[in-house]
Amino acid sequence: MAGEMAGNSTKKKISALVVDDDRLVRRIHGMLLTRFGMETNAVENGKEAVDLFASGKCYDLVFMDMEMPIMDGLKATQALREMGVSSTIVGVTSRTQEGETQAFMEAGLDACWEKPLTRDGIISLLDQVAKKLL
Amino acid sequence: MQKQLAKMKQSLFDQGYLDEQFIQLEELQDDANPNFVEEVVTLYYRDSVRLVQNIEQALEKNPLDFAKLDSYMHQFKGSSSSFGAKKVKTECTQFRDHCRAGNADGCKRTFQELKKEYATLKKKLEVYFQFARQAGPVEKACRPK
Repeated sequence: MAGEMAGNSTKKKISALVVDDDRLVRRIHGMLLTRFGMETNAVENGKEAVDLFASGKCYDLVFMDMEMPIMDGLKATQALREMGVSSTIVGVTSRTQEGETQAFMEAGLDACWEKPLTRDGIISLLDQVAKKLL
Repeated sequence: MQKQLAKMKQSLFDQGYLDEQFIQLEELQDDANPNFVEEVVTLYYRDSVRLVQNIEQALEKNPLDFAKLDSYMHQFKGSSSSFGAKKVKTECTQFRDHCRAGNADGCKRTFQELKKEYATLKKKLEVYFQFARQAGPVEKACRPK
């Protein structure tokens, strides 16, 4: 079954990290992901996300806001990929200008979505992530 | 009472105050989090007070710093759209268009409209949530027609 660790009967939950400077967005996206059965954590900016991964924490899914203070989503995504992080990183942005989205994608995103996250979007993503975990 | 609540919600949608995102949030409510949407809206109005003040102060400067105003409004739009505040979101978009065009009067005018919509929505949602608490939990979030 998708998500089960080999040789272990314990089912592993998909882990998700919400990276957004807006407290409201962290609350909403966190709740949405938790309701989908994911282990969820949230941080306020790109640097906190990078520090988490550098400390040895790992998340299957990262929802990365584009504009954040201290370290924005683009730089954080670049940094994570340079560290060798292979998690699924989805850019989540209110900016819909093509140029900005493209630059964000080129930083190493797997997908870029417009805010807010929706149930349908997450459902389509879970299938992808579950296959990665097998 | 549930019927009245549904009518109230329908009216908020028909008048364009809320969009589908509000329903998405209601669908997240469960026994453990029965007032999640009210919590989100309360958080929004609490967090956005500072932002409104920042924008007001920034609009008093001469000349206007359109980049800063655009950045504030980007935040405002993000929060407002996260719970489905449709009219507020529309004013945010309008404001940002004026920023990009360097239209100071447009920004000031639109911000007044935005504040009106923001305040009106707050009052309407206060009534809605008061009613919702009295009506008790519903089995499923009701989608407006």
